[in-house]
Amino acid sequence: MSVIAHDVYAGDRTPARRQQPTGFGMALHRAKKGLRSPTPYLMVFGIAVWLFAYWLLCEGLSLPRFEKIPGPVTILSDWISANPQQGTSIYTPDYYQHIYVSCRRILIAFVLATALGVPLGLLMGWSAKVKDYTFPLFETLRPIPIMAWVPLAILMFAGYETPVIFLATLASFFATTLNTMLGVQSIDESYFRAAGCLGSRKRDVFWHVVVPGAMPFIFTGLQISIGVAWFSLVAAEMVSGDFGLGYLILSSYVNSVTVPMVIGMLTLGFVGWFSSAIVRFVGNRLMQWHVKALAMQGR
Amino acid sequence: MQSQIFSAPTVPTKGAISIRDVTKIYDPDGAQVMAVDHCSMEIAPGEVCMIVGPSGCGKTTLLNAIAGFHSITEGEILLDGVPLCGPKHPLASQASDRIVVFQNGALFPWKTLAENVAYGPMVQRRWPKAECIERARAALKEAGLGNVADKYPGEVSSGMARRAEIVRALINEPKVLLLDEPYRAMDALTKQIMHEALLEMYDRTKVTIYFITHDLEEAIFLGDKVYVMTTRPCRVKKVIDIDLPRPRDYTTLTSEAFRLLVKEADEAVHEEALKAFQAGEREMA
Repeated sequence: MSVIAHDVYAGDRTPARRQQPTGFGMALHRAKKGLRSPTPYLMVFGIAVWLFAYWLLCEGLSLPRFEKIPGPVTILSDWISANPQQGTSIYTPDYYQHIYVSCRRILIAFVLATALGVPLGLLMGWSAKVKDYTFPLFETLRPIPIMAWVPLAILMFAGYETPVIFLATLASFFATTLNTMLGVQSIDESYFRAAGCLGSRKRDVFWHVVVPGAMPFIFTGLQISIGVAWFSLVAAEMVSGDFGLGYLILSSYVNSVTVPMVIGMLTLGFVGWFSSAIVRFVGNRLMQWHVKALAMQGR
Repeated sequence: MQSQIFSAPTVPTKGAISIRDVTKIYDPDGAQVMAVDHCSMEIAPGEVCMIVGPSGCGKTTLLNAIAGFHSITEGEILLDGVPLCGPKHPLASQASDRIVVFQNGALFPWKTLAENVAYGPMVQRRWPKAECIERARAALKEAGLGNVADKYPGEVSSGMARRAEIVRALINEPKVLLLDEPYRAMDALTKQIMHEALLEMYDRTKVTIYFITHDLEEAIFLGDKVYVMTTRPCRVKKVIDIDLPRPRDYTTLTSEAFRLLVKEADEAVHEEALKAFQAGEREMA
């Protein structure tokens, strides 16, 4: 009798779809699928080619200007040696101290910048008034390179720790705030109108439209901001610091030990990558709707 | 089948819209674009009112005025005798007695269909939160969307999403449902299914419907009255009473009475479409 009852779209009576694999089965399925595609082989091959070129330049041929730079073999053998010739390896406690100090600073800076930047960005995007108050100042301060803040930071804050954290926070804060604001502005007007029709108060619009609607931009911003935080942290550690990966790199250079310098750089690369991956992971967890919609589009 | 969720009196008494002498001028201090020119309409409670006209003629402007998205310049609009907007308050307040279903769909992509449907009652505090969700599920089930209630809008077809959006509107028991070319981007087959589903929901609720479309056959198939509008500035050119018996289904589409009505409307619309085309209006709507 009901028209809808024999509707081709009605999902109620369609038989259960093929069971989706979950957990370990899913991981296995993905791994198998991955190994059948050319991607992993191309990646391994690509890394090998670059490493070989690097080795050739520094160790194989020892071209002029390159002979002072430690090659991949020298670095790796020192990195994993229990008695490193130049003092830094995975067996020396100092190495972990540097990583720990940098990571702790990043964590503090990132949390501070997010806690300040996201709410400010949301308000700036949502309320024209807040934007009028803040945007001119914000846009004047944002282009100032972080290095230009170093003297001021050292004058303002005592010790080694606070100036460094301040600089990383500042850089990260600007990226987060701007992206959050743009995220709110990117929300389609019809969602606000729909919310209005359905009887929302301002508060409801904020929590149910503004915040979730800006979320994809916020997480893009957070990925940028954690990258910027690392960048400015290392710059700050080079100027003012007693520990940290930036300090390791610069002090190695000053003491003419080039291997720990490169080890510090590579470590930064891996730790930075890892931190971005965590932000991405949390973002995807929080935005299942976004992930699923993209998956439906085949992305 | 008597609906558990949507029930309506046999003779609808709520949802009369009076549009009286409404004029809308965009940018009154500058370019002075007249979108609507002294337009009047009387829509009876529970009437399905189809608005047909050339692109950019100002049909959506009227809808926006009723919904409270845009102000009007002159005239007044009343809902059940109570002014929504008029000379003193050119902008109507937005409320859940008039709910819009948007051209491109405006289900919140970050909420599941059930959460979307439950949203209105939840923010209006009609029922406790758990009950809102429960009723939303029941309403979706009744509309044939029970199995996708926990999916996100991005995961379902546009037809399902649009139907869920209508459910999201109707669960609030609005007096008026405002639809702005909701089936524009759909193919003819999907459209027909959507029409039948909409008619069924209408038969249950008898809500007043203000429905904007380009599609004449759609207008005549669904409507009690078809308002043919002039090209900009928008006025009522012709009102066609559709006396096809309800309930209607796809066999209505091939009846002689239907074809005659299409012909009558076509002549009026064609003239306006030609005028709009010759005026070289950029497509706005």
